[in-house]
Amino acid sequence: MSSDPRLIDGEMAPKVSPWRDPRWRAYAFQAALVAVVGFLAFSAINNAAENLKRQKIASGFGFWDTNAGFPISFSIQYYSEATSSYGDAFWVGFVNTLLVAGIGIVLATFLGFSIGLARLSKNVLVAFLARWYVEFMRNMPLLLQLFFWYNAVLKALPSVRESLVLPLNSYLNNRGLTVPKPQALPDMDWVYASVIAGVISSLIYRHWARKRQEATGQISPVGSVSFALVLILPVLVFVLAGSPVKFDVPQAGRFNIVGGMVLQPEFLALLFGLTLYTAGYIAEVVRAGVLAVSKGQSEAAYALGLQPDVTNNLIVIPQAMRVIIPPLTSNYLNLTKNSSLAVFVGYPDLANVFTGTVLNQTGQAIEVISITMLVYLSISLTTSAFMNWYNKRVALVER
Amino acid sequence: MKKWVAAAAFVTSSIFATAMAGAATLDTVKQKGQIVCGHGQGLAGFGMPDAQGVWKGLDTDVCRALASAIFNDPSKVKIVSLTSKDRFTALQSGEIDVLSRNTTWTLSREASLGLEFAAVNYYDGQGFMVRKSLNLKSAKDLAGASVCVQQGTTTELNMADFFRANKMELKSVTFATNDETTKAYETGRCDALTTDASGLYSERLRLAKPDDHVVLPEIISKEPLGPSVRKGDDQWLDIVKWSYFAMLTAEELGVTQANVDQMLKSENPEIKRLLGTEGKFGESLGLTNDWAYRIIKHVGNYGESFERNVGPNSPLKIERGLNALWNKGGLQYAPPIR
Repeated sequence: MSSDPRLIDGEMAPKVSPWRDPRWRAYAFQAALVAVVGFLAFSAINNAAENLKRQKIASGFGFWDTNAGFPISFSIQYYSEATSSYGDAFWVGFVNTLLVAGIGIVLATFLGFSIGLARLSKNVLVAFLARWYVEFMRNMPLLLQLFFWYNAVLKALPSVRESLVLPLNSYLNNRGLTVPKPQALPDMDWVYASVIAGVISSLIYRHWARKRQEATGQISPVGSVSFALVLILPVLVFVLAGSPVKFDVPQAGRFNIVGGMVLQPEFLALLFGLTLYTAGYIAEVVRAGVLAVSKGQSEAAYALGLQPDVTNNLIVIPQAMRVIIPPLTSNYLNLTKNSSLAVFVGYPDLANVFTGTVLNQTGQAIEVISITMLVYLSISLTTSAFMNWYNKRVALVER
Repeated sequence: MKKWVAAAAFVTSSIFATAMAGAATLDTVKQKGQIVCGHGQGLAGFGMPDAQGVWKGLDTDVCRALASAIFNDPSKVKIVSLTSKDRFTALQSGEIDVLSRNTTWTLSREASLGLEFAAVNYYDGQGFMVRKSLNLKSAKDLAGASVCVQQGTTTELNMADFFRANKMELKSVTFATNDETTKAYETGRCDALTTDASGLYSERLRLAKPDDHVVLPEIISKEPLGPSVRKGDDQWLDIVKWSYFAMLTAEELGVTQANVDQMLKSENPEIKRLLGTEGKFGESLGLTNDWAYRIIKHVGNYGESFERNVGPNSPLKIERGLNALWNKGGLQYAPPIR
């Protein structure tokens, strides 16, 4: 039970007026601050609404279901300029942003880890090259790099009429890489089922192997068994089911390559640019993380007779991850936000489609910009939340 | 305590003051001493800086005419270069006083973007440019072609309509600025480049080999281009509108930059009303009575501006066509000054 705060050495302190009481004053200041902030926000919104009305500028979200009527050059989901709405255009932009950011994050992580470790290599040439990669990528503006990739990709490749014909009926030209598009036949369901079965059984095996190691100290070949279950099993099923896939083979049309599926140069340029740029930063994060693990840790491991790779996997990397994860998260967020530079290379991401074309066609800047900010904020906060969860898992548990 | 009240009153009043803002544009322009004019990022013949960095073009002349009418000085114009997707926001927010940037007059722009078109200073239509080597005769042969287009334009929508109406497959690639769109076309990313026909002629001049490219004959849309202002200031709308009409009227009456001083002595009542030797038309607009004289003296009439910037003797070599005066087979027609 807490004692009355006015009690000093068991005696009642003299009564002070609320005006002089620091506690009351603190509350009063807080309340006043909240009132001022609330008032400012309210009048800003009110002011904007009033001015829009006075200038007869449309407001509200009624445009969402209106027919968009403009084409979008690249979308995974269905989109047609004849029937789709501004809302559909928003989703196309949103998915395109997630697509390039998602693939970019995965590739940048692999590349960044490799280069970061290469910088620590004992091989002088490898370390030197990795160092210059990092210096070069980190010290050039990203926009410039995007322009370089876009123009390098465009200019170096042949025109559509002189397309490079690659094996497997693929075509490469300055409008992208066209490859045959696989279309699943009904028997393909067996292959999907085998993938799921493979993943589940490998998880069970991993669990069993860990229990066994804890009980007996014997190490099981988890890596190769998982590989066999997840990859080789589906391939076997695929062959046994008689390759249940047919291909939509691209052909040279009047203007373009017709059929198949296309990887557009805009997408590739953006992906290249974002990946290579961010990998430079991730490499430094990884290097810092590994160097942060004191040398004594690996020396102690060697003294216990552990192999170098086991030392890396069980001693160095888990400790390095604790240092790596937080700055890695902010690099992921940067990559996602940087993807809005897509508009400069013509890739239809959210910023291009929504704050570009939709904003201009509807003229509703406040609504469109608010939605876009909310979306980037949500993507960033979700990424952040996931990485925080992961960070907690690998964080040092102090006993 | 009193200080607090005063501070609160100050904050409140400053917020409401902004809500009440929206003074007459003419007054703000006079106060600033210049007209802030929204332009494109350089479209030869319509608005582009010359070697000395002075903006020149048909759209620039609209702004210069305004500056002449208000300040008697065509150089009191500040050009703000805008992409097509930023232009309306710039006008709505008050960053610019007038938008004169080959902008198409459409219903939705007037009804929901809060702007008002004053006049049509160039009747245009959308076309396609392709490489000569493709040997195309018509835009209807473009089925399945890749087309480069600039974002935030009526062009984007017209193109989709045209391909859909003709049941042709379209592969569009959209860019934020003119430069990138044209560059992508030039490198062969697209088979065709589409924008207003005037823009195509202008862009063609910037290509490495202009003669290798041809503008297809089809005009697939109506693109009445003209200056626009913010809604809600009728006086300013009238000034922009009539400054342009004065240029048209001058051409119709044969008043030119060269002969305008002699014309002051003219007995023709229409010329007298135009040049302000009779009546008080300028004052009723909020200007001086010699407003039109100033415009013609400094900028010239519409025909002169057209010849100088885009006409057959300019690099663009565009015929008057629809932009001839109404009595010469065109659409340019000014209501009478009386």
